[in-house]
Amino acid sequence: MRILVLVKRIPATGGRIVLTEDARSIDTRFLGFVVSPHEECAVEEAVRLIEANGGESVVLTLGPPEAADQLRDAMAIGVDRAVLLETDGSDWDPYATSAAIADAVRDLEAAGGSFDVILGGNESADSGGYQVGVRLAVALDRPIVTGIKALEVGDGVATARRQVPDGADVFELPLPAIVTVREGINLPRYPSVPGRLRAKKKEVERIVPERRPGGPTLERLQLPVEKEQHVEILGTGPEAAPRVVALLRELGVL
Amino acid sequence: MSDVLVLVELAGGGPDRLSAEALGLAGGLARALSVEVHAVVGAGSGDADSAASAAPGLGAYGVATVHLVSGDRLDAYAPAAWAAAVEGVAEGGNYDAIVASGSERATEVLAHVAARMDLPMAANVITIEPGDRWKLDRQRWAGSLIEEAWLDGAPRMFTVAPHAVPAMEPASSSTAATVVSVAPTITDGDRRARIVGHEVAGEAGVSLSDAKVVVGGGRGLGSAEAFAMLDELAELLGAAVGVSRVATSLGWRPHAQQIGQTGTRIAPDLYIACGISGAIQHIVGAKAAKRILVINTDQDAPIFKRASYAVVGDVHAVVPAISDEIRRARGGG
Repeated sequence: MRILVLVKRIPATGGRIVLTEDARSIDTRFLGFVVSPHEECAVEEAVRLIEANGGESVVLTLGPPEAADQLRDAMAIGVDRAVLLETDGSDWDPYATSAAIADAVRDLEAAGGSFDVILGGNESADSGGYQVGVRLAVALDRPIVTGIKALEVGDGVATARRQVPDGADVFELPLPAIVTVREGINLPRYPSVPGRLRAKKKEVERIVPERRPGGPTLERLQLPVEKEQHVEILGTGPEAAPRVVALLRELGVL
Repeated sequence: MSDVLVLVELAGGGPDRLSAEALGLAGGLARALSVEVHAVVGAGSGDADSAASAAPGLGAYGVATVHLVSGDRLDAYAPAAWAAAVEGVAEGGNYDAIVASGSERATEVLAHVAARMDLPMAANVITIEPGDRWKLDRQRWAGSLIEEAWLDGAPRMFTVAPHAVPAMEPASSSTAATVVSVAPTITDGDRRARIVGHEVAGEAGVSLSDAKVVVGGGRGLGSAEAFAMLDELAELLGAAVGVSRVATSLGWRPHAQQIGQTGTRIAPDLYIACGISGAIQHIVGAKAAKRILVINTDQDAPIFKRASYAVVGDVHAVVPAISDEIRRARGGG
């Protein structure tokens, strides 16, 4: 079995977003970077599929040279190979991103054979374009389901469950297929120390992608206007309990 | 004339809530362009009659013409098949824009339509201004950041961010929409990925997304065992228990209880956030809470900026004290 998993490097924003002076990006000088949450689960799913079926997994991202760190994170938990579509770090829209990934997949498949499953996240946590997986599927003429919370890959067919308010919709799709997942499909493992050391020594294949024009273009970013919230401090420590209960009464909760 | 085409999902004989929001934004856009709003409604053979009887009523939502696409090839939901249906309508008319709601299906279908027509698409738009180039505001980071962007393409395609724009209210007197029946062209390839079944989940107490009161716990709880005191308080209040992302990634609690960007969005009257610092990922999931009561040792934690009430202190001492106090109050009648 061959699995390709697509990830995105995003800043770990914590409690507050700070913008750069030109308001065209997030000020990341004091931030760490992680794999976007849905894709972190896609990586775990790829590793489990190869553990169960044998074969090879490849992780791919489009991003700045430093995104090699996130590819190594994926290799540290068991992904075999990594490919970086290296950019100058500027914002790539989903129209350009998916076209570049489609080109790379064609090259990877010409060299190493078709991927049975291509995994990705339902949407990236930062830009949230909700479309790279679908565009890739259309470009490669493959079936796709998005937003999946459970996946089984059988002989020539994948069964995928998508959570809906009263339960789950069950999809089937023939392989080769593309599936984008949501966090909760699994609980990603932590990398072991030997895993990290192995990943550090592994090569990251670098490709300079061609940027297709025509997609939406970012003009500037702004923080939404938040209402100024006045906090009423009810007290300190367990002694505050009676005031909390009085408040619960007042609010009609008790 | 180039009109505005809106994907409408029906519920209870009218547009569902998110479709009504999409119709609201699309209506404003159509007025700015002095054009009409058209709707595309899809229906499998089992839903065709109810869709046909609901379609004229979309006139009350400002829709001039409804393109009702139905047939047995739409029976089991297949995202690409529904996209083929919308694409057929789009190519049969002259549209300046195609708008969808931010529902999971509408987003997925519009992404397919955009990919098939090889045009850009913007997701989660909150304002749109037509011009030589169209300017829009859209949500990033689940609404924690707004992006101003330019959108090109003919037609321009975008989805409307859920619960961020007012829903269109039906007019009391209005002209019925003209209904045009369309037979879609759907290939076997469009039906490769499709629904083959539906599983109904068992009842599991108060649902997090509908709960009036939510008790939430995060890193400050320190262990899986400590959540027992939240369960206790939640039971006393008839509340649902929710957790921050760290509590699920550490394996303390199942992902189904996660509140946040990658979990459940809650909208309770009161959210009691215990030992939660208030990372953006979490806060966007609790944005719709009417009031937040924070219990936390660190007054500088970002969550205090969102709180109506706060107790400064260690959750391990404060939460059991509140539960005791509730029992005492009840015991005393």
